[in-house]
Amino acid sequence: MNESPIDVATYRALQEATGKDFVSELVETFMQEAPGMLADLRDARAKSDADRFRRAAHSLKSNFNTFGAHTLGAMARELEIKGMTDPACNEAALDALEAAYAPAAAALKELGRG
Amino acid sequence: MAETGARLLVADDNKVNRLLLARSLELQGHSVVLAENGRVALETLRREPFDLLLLDIAMPEMDGLQVLEQLKADLKLRDLPVIVTSAIEELDKVVRCIELGAEDYLHKPVNPVLLKARIGASLEKKRLRDQQRELVRRFATPEVAQDLDSSGFALGGHRIEATAMFSDIRGFTSIAEQSRPEETIELLNTYYTLMFEAISGQGGVVNQMVGDGLMAIFGAPLPLADPCGAAVRAALEMIEMIELYNCEPERAGKPSIEIGIGIASGNVIAGYTGTQRRATYTCVGDAVNVAARLEAHTKIVRRAILVDGATRGAASAECEFDSLGALALKGKEQEVEVFAVQTGRKVR
Repeated sequence: MNESPIDVATYRALQEATGKDFVSELVETFMQEAPGMLADLRDARAKSDADRFRRAAHSLKSNFNTFGAHTLGAMARELEIKGMTDPACNEAALDALEAAYAPAAAALKELGRG
Repeated sequence: MAETGARLLVADDNKVNRLLLARSLELQGHSVVLAENGRVALETLRREPFDLLLLDIAMPEMDGLQVLEQLKADLKLRDLPVIVTSAIEELDKVVRCIELGAEDYLHKPVNPVLLKARIGASLEKKRLRDQQRELVRRFATPEVAQDLDSSGFALGGHRIEATAMFSDIRGFTSIAEQSRPEETIELLNTYYTLMFEAISGQGGVVNQMVGDGLMAIFGAPLPLADPCGAAVRAALEMIEMIELYNCEPERAGKPSIEIGIGIASGNVIAGYTGTQRRATYTCVGDAVNVAARLEAHTKIVRRAILVDGATRGAASAECEFDSLGALALKGKEQEVEVFAVQTGRKVR
């Protein structure tokens, strides 16, 4: 984990366009919302709710990309496109996404302070 | 418009997206209201006026496609500009959005510069459309405006059963010669106001005004249950209104006005004629020609209202008619049966 999970250029561009304080607040909001969306993915999968699964993956993808978390964005996109077609693969992909989320969140917080 | 700020509604189920879009739009000088799904968005749109909707596609409860479908079916909302914002992977859904009337599509995360440009273009288009509608409202009758609204503008016509009416002021040229120009214009304005009221009160549409003459249609562009009866009732009311006007104090010492009215019914072709740049709603056909001839004939037979046989047949319950026999009218091969409406008053 030498490389930052966040694309700093994207993040700075967002700050420039909308204001530093606003982006810090937005990151705050995202931190509150993201665990729910991640849980939604698991829950939708458990209940075989394909629509909800795709929507949650879609939302996460969009938010990750907004903050420059492009690796996570790509992982979420994969889930969105594949939907629930491959349960075994999804299980691993969900684990990977959750594992990648924590360092990305930490990096975002760090950027907000800087 | 964009400079003074527009009222925008942002519909997105994702809180971060909602807040971010709102922030970008507010920085551009707009005021923003937020909706967390399609159902809430639609409720808000039906409650308050907005200039533009930014719409996400994938949303719970009611998604963007359903919102667009509902907007399209809603007379009041179907012209609201909609910009679809989504990071959706399925291109076919975006295509469907455009087909359903969405003005534009913005990929998320939304680029602020692109956002500004698209919103500016959409608002400008809406402004032009509103302006155009206002012009149509002012220069066309409400019926024609409504017809244009629901069917769109297309040159070309269709055949319908309708009743045509022509009316003008008798001896108007000499009245005009005896009056100051301002007086003449005021007289015409009053005359038109009275005539419009009588005609539209019976569901008719004034579609031409030339000098002191006017042409009205009953039964087009919107159908009427009884166009013949409506035209005769309107004609009687027009005569009555003119008589009342002649009795008004400010008309004392001035020549009283008399009008002649010709009415004929039958198959006409109604539609928009002209060019794409300048067009008018009109009716052509035998009934229109006969009505014009009958109006001219009122001067010869000194009767206020003349109608053809078809009108008299359908409107026999409205009033008493005097048969004037068959008349050869200018430009008509066959003679036309002419009836005069008994108005209970001799016309000079």
